[in-house]
Amino acid sequence: MTEWRRVWAIVWKDTLTERRTKAAFNAMAFFAGLVLLIFAFAIGPDIPVTGPAGQGLMAYISPGLLWIAILLTGVLALGRSFQMELENGALEGLRLYPGDRRAIGAGKIIANLIFLAAMEVLVVPIGGVLYSIDLWSKLPQLGGVLFLATLGFAAVGTFYAALTANMRAREVMLPLLLFPVMVPVVLAAVKATFLILNGDLMGELSTWIRLLVVFDVVFVTVCTLAFGFVIEE
Amino acid sequence: MAQSQRVQVLGTAAGALAVVALGAGLYLGLVVAPPDFQMGELQRIMYVHFPSWIAVALTYFAAFVASILYLVKRQDRFDYWAQAGAEIGVVFNITGLITGSLWGRPTWGVYWTWDPRLTTTAIMLVTFAGYLVLRGFMEDPDTRARVAALVATIGFLNVPIVYFSVKWWRTLHQPQSSPSTVDSDMVRPLRIMMVAFVLLATYLMTRRVALAEAEGTAEREALQMGAANG
Repeated sequence: MTEWRRVWAIVWKDTLTERRTKAAFNAMAFFAGLVLLIFAFAIGPDIPVTGPAGQGLMAYISPGLLWIAILLTGVLALGRSFQMELENGALEGLRLYPGDRRAIGAGKIIANLIFLAAMEVLVVPIGGVLYSIDLWSKLPQLGGVLFLATLGFAAVGTFYAALTANMRAREVMLPLLLFPVMVPVVLAAVKATFLILNGDLMGELSTWIRLLVVFDVVFVTVCTLAFGFVIEE
Repeated sequence: MAQSQRVQVLGTAAGALAVVALGAGLYLGLVVAPPDFQMGELQRIMYVHFPSWIAVALTYFAAFVASILYLVKRQDRFDYWAQAGAEIGVVFNITGLITGSLWGRPTWGVYWTWDPRLTTTAIMLVTFAGYLVLRGFMEDPDTRARVAALVATIGFLNVPIVYFSVKWWRTLHQPQSSPSTVDSDMVRPLRIMMVAFVLLATYLMTRRVALAEAEGTAEREALQMGAANG
């Protein structure tokens, strides 16, 4: 019970800092919007290729575009979450608090999950408008997939962000280490989003949901349990 | 020190046996074995391709086990083994991908296809190459060993999940042949080559460990000198 209060204290601290500075959120929101715009310039919104449901090219490939935008934006936010702790020896302070250090890991993962979710609440509707995807009627299922995929992303991302926080070239190292591990999440999330938006004729959706659940269970467990190793010394 | 010397002696023995086995395997595979009924001479690439993946499995698994042992015991020699396993594994991983591409081009008509095994092995290569890049960016030996061990552990655990995710995504690779359906003139060189590659990988790992040991000792000495003078 006390461990959960420690976790909660970390979540509270991070969300409060973010609410007062809004540093990460503003940067993320504009960056994500920019990425969605750039896709339209790079691919071209008027190409008359139509998907099976008669939708345009951008709408047809939108699940992939949305998840690339989320991944690129998310990696920025994750990188910040431990850089912030390096200022004024804040991480030293956290280490000195009594209790299990895994609570710090769990708290950071939950805080990052909240930031990433806030970013997605903005990015997905903007994507829906820009690429004219009909997602309004499918929001509950989409929300479920977003949650499962973001949980795995937050768990591994927080872990690697902590590992690379005081490295040289951390801006390069974090995506270099994180993206290969994210392959199953990206595959499953893009497939599941596609099936939700375009109809699931073969009943494949449950396979991808199960994959996301397995990934989440494995990596939330491993990343939380091993967090003591990450911030030692 | 005696233990690491014994390892090097075993490594030398493995290297010598590897030379013999490579000679025998290549002779049987390239000269004695008949060309394949459908693929002809092209099939002979298998004698290098498949053993490479056996070596990859051995070396990455060694890196994984050594990383876990490092996290538990905190002895430098486990870090050396992890580094050696990852580095030799990357070499054989590249060998496997290149020989596979060369075989795939005439057989499938493409160098690359998004098949589960191809994709998984490519992700494996990126994961462990990232691990080696990471090591290059870190100076403090203890922090580097700890961070690298965590990265190798996560990366290795991820391999089966990547495999199943890509398998559900799409599939094309030809299923493995079983020894019962393959002519014994082809099975024999393949088995010998597998043994040869395992021995070769073992030899290379022991030599890489010796090098890492020398580097690690020099690094520690330099740090102590710095601490004494500073």
